[in-house]
Amino acid sequence: MGPNKKSADKAKNFKKSFKRLILSLKPHYVSIIFGLLFAILGTVLALALPNVMKIISEEIFTAVELNISIDLQRVMTVAIWLIAMCISSALFEYLQGIIMAKISAKVTKNMRTQISEKINRLPLKYFDSQTYGDILSRVTNDVDTIGQSLNSNLSSIITCVTMVIGALVMMFVNSWQLTLITLASTPVSIVIVLLIVKFSQKYFVRQQNSLGELNGIIEENYSAHNIVKTFNAEQKAQNDFEKVNKVLYSSGFKSHFFSGILYPVMNFITNLVYVLVCVVGGIISIETPIFAITIVAFIEYMRIFNQQIGSLAQISGTVQSAVAASERVFEFLDEPEQAEENEKTAKITDVKGLVEFKNVCFGYEEGKEIIHNFSAKILPGQKVAIVGPTGAGKTTMVNLLMRFYDINSGDITIDGVSIYDMKREDVRELFGMVLQDTWVFDGTIRENIAYGSEDKTNEEIEKACSFAHIDHFIRSLPGGYDMMLDETANISQGQRQLLTIARAMVNNAPMLILDEATSSVDTRTEIQIQKAMDKLTEGRTSFVIAHRLSTIQNADQILVMRDGNIVEQGTHEQLLAKNGFYAELYNSGIQA
Amino acid sequence: MLKLLKYLKWYDYLLSLVVVAFVVGQVWLNIRLIESMGEIVALIQAHAEGAPLTSEMLWDLGIKMILMAVGICLCVIVIAFLASKISTSFSRTLRSKVFSKVNSFSMEEMNKFSTASLITRSTNDIRQVEQTVFMTLRMAIMAPVMAGFSIAKIVGSSMELTWATVISVLLLLVLIIFLFIFAVPKFTSIQKKTDKINNVTRENLTGIRVVRAYNAEKEQEQKFEIVNEDLTKTNLFVNRLMALLSPGMNIIMNGLSVAIYVLGAYLINGGSLEYSTMVTFVSYAMNILMSFMFISMMFVMVPRGVVSGRRINEILSTTTKIHDGEGVKTENEGSVEFKNVFFKYPDAEEYVLEDISFKVNKGETIAFIGSTGSGKSTLINLIPRFFDASEGEILVDGVDIKQYKLSELNDKIGYVPQKGYLFSGTIRSNLCYGDENASEEKLIEALKISQSNFVKKLDGGLDHPIAQGGTNVSGGQRQRLSIARAIVKQPEIYIFDDSFSALDYKTDKTLRKALKKYTKDATKIIVAQRVGTILDADKIVVLNEGKMVGMGTHDELLKTCEVYREIAESQLGKEAVDGTK
Repeated sequence: MGPNKKSADKAKNFKKSFKRLILSLKPHYVSIIFGLLFAILGTVLALALPNVMKIISEEIFTAVELNISIDLQRVMTVAIWLIAMCISSALFEYLQGIIMAKISAKVTKNMRTQISEKINRLPLKYFDSQTYGDILSRVTNDVDTIGQSLNSNLSSIITCVTMVIGALVMMFVNSWQLTLITLASTPVSIVIVLLIVKFSQKYFVRQQNSLGELNGIIEENYSAHNIVKTFNAEQKAQNDFEKVNKVLYSSGFKSHFFSGILYPVMNFITNLVYVLVCVVGGIISIETPIFAITIVAFIEYMRIFNQQIGSLAQISGTVQSAVAASERVFEFLDEPEQAEENEKTAKITDVKGLVEFKNVCFGYEEGKEIIHNFSAKILPGQKVAIVGPTGAGKTTMVNLLMRFYDINSGDITIDGVSIYDMKREDVRELFGMVLQDTWVFDGTIRENIAYGSEDKTNEEIEKACSFAHIDHFIRSLPGGYDMMLDETANISQGQRQLLTIARAMVNNAPMLILDEATSSVDTRTEIQIQKAMDKLTEGRTSFVIAHRLSTIQNADQILVMRDGNIVEQGTHEQLLAKNGFYAELYNSGIQA
Repeated sequence: MLKLLKYLKWYDYLLSLVVVAFVVGQVWLNIRLIESMGEIVALIQAHAEGAPLTSEMLWDLGIKMILMAVGICLCVIVIAFLASKISTSFSRTLRSKVFSKVNSFSMEEMNKFSTASLITRSTNDIRQVEQTVFMTLRMAIMAPVMAGFSIAKIVGSSMELTWATVISVLLLLVLIIFLFIFAVPKFTSIQKKTDKINNVTRENLTGIRVVRAYNAEKEQEQKFEIVNEDLTKTNLFVNRLMALLSPGMNIIMNGLSVAIYVLGAYLINGGSLEYSTMVTFVSYAMNILMSFMFISMMFVMVPRGVVSGRRINEILSTTTKIHDGEGVKTENEGSVEFKNVFFKYPDAEEYVLEDISFKVNKGETIAFIGSTGSGKSTLINLIPRFFDASEGEILVDGVDIKQYKLSELNDKIGYVPQKGYLFSGTIRSNLCYGDENASEEKLIEALKISQSNFVKKLDGGLDHPIAQGGTNVSGGQRQRLSIARAIVKQPEIYIFDDSFSALDYKTDKTLRKALKKYTKDATKIIVAQRVGTILDADKIVVLNEGKMVGMGTHDELLKTCEVYREIAESQLGKEAVDGTK
């Protein structure tokens, strides 16, 4: 398990999460009851086996003792019964197994679906503050843990408890004296086990910690290999590594060792009881020889009893991690969602593209307002350039327009309608968007371009691609428009950018949000992208996160951002005349 | 895996032999314990037929049995001790060897394996091997010994019962082999399908803004449902198959007991078998079945360890292609010269760099510009020998860089990577990375030159903690700190691999001004995307598709080099370029 794959081992609130996990099984209660029923039936039959076997032993033993021949007919009859019992016991166990497999498959599938749907209902704020790895590990690792645990444990608990009780009853039936001896030893084993576990726990924790630390060192040094080398720091790195490696070694050794002695110590106690049972049983048999057979059956039940107690301890461990995993899943499912908007009905059908910001205040974190009282009016068809140094918060404008984030106060209107009176999806429908980090997904080029507008014909798609100067390139690829795109596909960053422009073109939204490419493309492609973007913005109200001087100079309005806030607004000439931050940026050799 | 065993020390082998001895002891005592029970039954039976039996006799036997139990316990503790010792010290050695091996790798080997794969190999795979060694010592030795002893005990006692046992073992093996033939390929496919789920989810997460902008949430959910359904089906198939295992084993084990009792009844009737022999026979037979089960489980466990072992060995058996030279002492001049250098990646057909020649002298600044893929970064990677040139010569201070020891060469170089990677620790520990004894003044000066005034505002200043990779400071701050880290080292030659890209223009400009002033004796080699960053370089080399298409100052190149002019115009605007003419 990598250092990044977080998966809790212990639940924060065991009781609550456990209850919730059980409740989540509600639709399957009937099947579960059947499963449990089969489990109990199978167990009871399995338990009866040694006692029925005893009938044969007794028959043989008495015959030998009395020196008469064994009633083979009787032995055969009993044997047939035994076979029938063990086959039906196995059958019940199998039925139980497939029922539980089905339930756990359904439950985990449902959980995954819920998570996937939840992702699309959470506000963007959540994703901007969480690592993807964490969410991914909930979809896979945590759900898997739950699935495995449901598959095996739910019925195992019932089987084990039935076995323990059943074995105990059968032990009493066979001999109460021997049962008491066995029971007397149980608390002793439990205490010893707890002591060892408690003692070894700290080494496990230490091992886990030093393992994490070591993984950190490894990751760091491998990723920064160039720096380690040029700074001649290999020896230093090795020394740091050896220190942690040594700690890991000693804690690893101890945790291995202590978990290793748990079994022999428990086994020793079992053996001790075994010997006592043999001797005391033997003493009883001095008076009643037939008791020797009882010893044999008794020892069989004792074996079952001990085995099941051991399994119960093991199951309790996996149940704990399953509950911890389900806690993480539920935690994610409980994250506050975006507000419901069913009652919002405002819609703009014939968009002109008049966008107005009215006294907008906004901050990503509560109490930390970054945009103060911003107002602007953008007329239909105008082009707005958003400029500012890296990290000045240029994407904030995108976040607000697309309602990825909601403003604190003020209003944003389109053609006079507040975007907060519309459903989110209706607002987003008004905008086409091309971002700098070009997102393409696993699928054909055609699917990628027609994303969000599946009803488009091939002609429309191809037309958009010729506008975006990428039709020719696509046709030169193996498979053309039907080529699959994935990580291995050999498509450059610039071509990806053109693809996303074509996507926006097909989408044909009345307004646009563009993020100009910076440096990751070569000059020729950059010119093509520029042409494609110019074509795209023709006649549409557009917001451009601008880096190129020509775009900025030709913009109808420029918003200058710094430290998250909009510090200046106006046209190129107005802003230069103002001789403020924009002028400073421009004069320091703006290649923005 | 076997090749890795050479990393075990000689005494580890000795200790392993001791483990085997103790396993034999443990199994033998275990079997004696079972036999003793048979003896008790035999005594009782004899008593029923008239032989004397007292409780003292039983207690005598009982005490012997207790001693055996103590012996077993001690044996297992010793085994656990040795197995833990051997396996953990083995993994410690492996980790240490692998780590130092990877540290010796050049970029070529790093790229061959990929960083991510090297990390899993150094962590997960080694743990897997450790687990396998531990399990082998604890379990794998025991199972055959146990099977051997038990077989030895029952052989000769009864042909018929032995046959029954053999048949059961065969049935058990058939069951397990059947399950694994059908289930194991599915395990791999479950892994692949889980990866797919991961992929679709990751796709949704990374493209969350696009998904929402295009109102395509439903499509993503449908896509997810398809892979989800697929994974669920495979999971269900495997779980149904594996549900056969436990009932199947129970039938075989119980079936064997019944068979032994029935056969036993016939044999006892025929007078060829004792009752007590039959009772102990059942125990041995169960032991044999369990041993075979263990052995087949090992066949499942061990291959995983073997795969991991192979992956580790791949690292250890790789030797780096870049070696130390004999070592030269040179004057600290700081000149760098490329003489007709060609470079292509191993196994590649086309050259990434062709016929590169230039010279830069002490105190000068040389800059490389060109579009992505033009070979700028590759070119400067040749100087600290991340790769070796395929043809041609690179001279530093007039000496071929292959003649230096790598550490001598690195001492001359201050390298600032594109992604300003910082190490976990503090700002101080990062700055002192190249020179542990750097004075406080030196650090403060380096911060000043690199425009890292923000450090003063941080809690703890120089002792402000840095997270792994430097993720707790911004990209621009990371770049400035890694520039400061190179300054502290006071090298003759600075290499800046696009190290100003995350800075805004103003900071970029002041930083370069300060650098020029404070490091006027040092040679500076700069790769840049922005023309503005390199306007005042002494020499600018323009690269296009791996070839030099121009060399000169900004003004010269505007006149002579079409590619440079194109880049400059697209970045600065046509008017600005014409203005500087």
